[in-house]
Amino acid sequence: MIEVRNLTHIYSEGLPHESVALDDVSFRIEDGSFTGIIGHTGSGKSTLLQHLNGLLKPTSGTIVIDGTDITDSHTRMLDIRKKVGLVFQYPEYQLFEETVAKDVAFGPANLGLGQEEIEERVRQSISLVGLDYEAIKDTSPFELSGGQKRRVAIAGVLAMKPEVLVLDEPTAGLNPKAHYDILDMVQEIHERENNITIFVSHNMNDIARMSDRVLVIDKGHLAMNGTPQEVFSREEELKAMGLALPDATEIVSQLRKEGMNLPADCLTVEQAAGAILTALGR
Amino acid sequence: MPSSLHSGDDDTTKKMIRDITLGQYYLGNSVIHKLDPRVKIMAALLYIVALFVVKEFTGFIAAVVFLEMVIIISKVPRRYIWRGLKPVLIIIAFTLAVNLFMIKGEVLWQFGILHITREGVRTAAFMGIRLVLLIIGSSMLTLTTRPIGLTDGIEALLSPFKKIGLPAHELAMMMTIALRFIPTLLEETDKIIKAQQARGADFESGNIFRRAKALVPILVPLFISAFRIAQELAMAMEARCYGGNVKRTRMNAMKFARRDLIAVVIFCVFLALIVLQRVLL
Repeated sequence: MIEVRNLTHIYSEGLPHESVALDDVSFRIEDGSFTGIIGHTGSGKSTLLQHLNGLLKPTSGTIVIDGTDITDSHTRMLDIRKKVGLVFQYPEYQLFEETVAKDVAFGPANLGLGQEEIEERVRQSISLVGLDYEAIKDTSPFELSGGQKRRVAIAGVLAMKPEVLVLDEPTAGLNPKAHYDILDMVQEIHERENNITIFVSHNMNDIARMSDRVLVIDKGHLAMNGTPQEVFSREEELKAMGLALPDATEIVSQLRKEGMNLPADCLTVEQAAGAILTALGR
Repeated sequence: MPSSLHSGDDDTTKKMIRDITLGQYYLGNSVIHKLDPRVKIMAALLYIVALFVVKEFTGFIAAVVFLEMVIIISKVPRRYIWRGLKPVLIIIAFTLAVNLFMIKGEVLWQFGILHITREGVRTAAFMGIRLVLLIIGSSMLTLTTRPIGLTDGIEALLSPFKKIGLPAHELAMMMTIALRFIPTLLEETDKIIKAQQARGADFESGNIFRRAKALVPILVPLFISAFRIAQELAMAMEARCYGGNVKRTRMNAMKFARRDLIAVVIFCVFLALIVLQRVLL
């Protein structure tokens, strides 16, 4: 379980250009949850994610993961990194090794594991991201396609066997096919490992489809925290924050405004289609 | 394997990145800020030359008064000037030490092989003042001139040499691009460092070889990013038909205004004072 209490982060505190990136944010994420985080650009999402694995230290407040206070200065960074795997935006830009296998091994090697354990983890995580280990292990990561690079980069984080997997816009800049491939892969990993997955996206359809909990960050504040149904029913507030509804929810909302008798909590195209067909009496 | 990776380390890395500020322009609206960059660059160069013309301590009076005047008019806060001085303090301290202990003459104090002479004290103080003035003088140029103004000024000042084949415009464009991309590359570096730290990388512990090796996961992606950015920029420039050799006009053409003339006159008075003290004393 992740417990964030009164998290505040101020950049350049005390300087003329200081800015409050996070202001008194508190929430709790239960084990096995798939949590989506949405917010406008510059709302503080990335700052929040970087706190979750200790890359940033809060100005005030605490983060407790499974009883370990990761904001405590005595907690070993390596233990936090082992607990929380963070996949940055465009993670393929962090690839640097000569071969895919070596690159994926970077994380586990930093954890100080033995050679056999490292190899085993590399093998596992490369197949976990849906790539053929034998075929790809000796290729240079720079020869791969965009989608494949991203998978390798994600494998590099998975190889550290984190209990919490945090992904910052894992599908940014990918073509539609690679987009769904990566999302399916994330979902599959979540189901198999039953870990906590935290997922930032600007795509409301993905958030609605995948998450069981949605956090909305607005100007450094936690504006909403609820199930996707609860969050996406607050259309006016979301739009005031510069956010949108999932396509299906938007269509149903428009139809309701036209007087059609539809339920308000449709999130996916399938749900919306079903509800519309029912309303039409078919 | 890294074992001493404690939480404090990340902040040091971040500070390290943030402290590298080359374009140290201080946003202001003073007369000094508004001066023609060409005038400021030439003045800064000649000021440095003047510091080497000075032979006696009294000569520094004019240099200090002039610099003080510039600082007051420019309204740049002292702590910004001090910040520019901080990184070179070690060099200054080293110069002072070398001069203090190495120069032979009338011994004032002795401890083992170390001795301080009257001449040593004098030279050390002289060199110290000269260095400090030199650094503050040149940082007044960068503090009050936008990097773009600087490169434009350099281009204009170098353009007479175009006749002998010096690619003044290309040089200035290269400098402009380099300056423009410093913050971009710093941001990129910060991202890469964080991404590798998230994979448990440790940049602070271990001996010098381990640390140098630990830089590989940063440098390789950074170089790849730099090439990618360069390629994108080249493409964007070509898409807008950029050609280095054609006669280009500017959006903000540099103008030699009345205030520049006044500045030149004041500066000439200062130069005259320096030359006079050298001749008379």
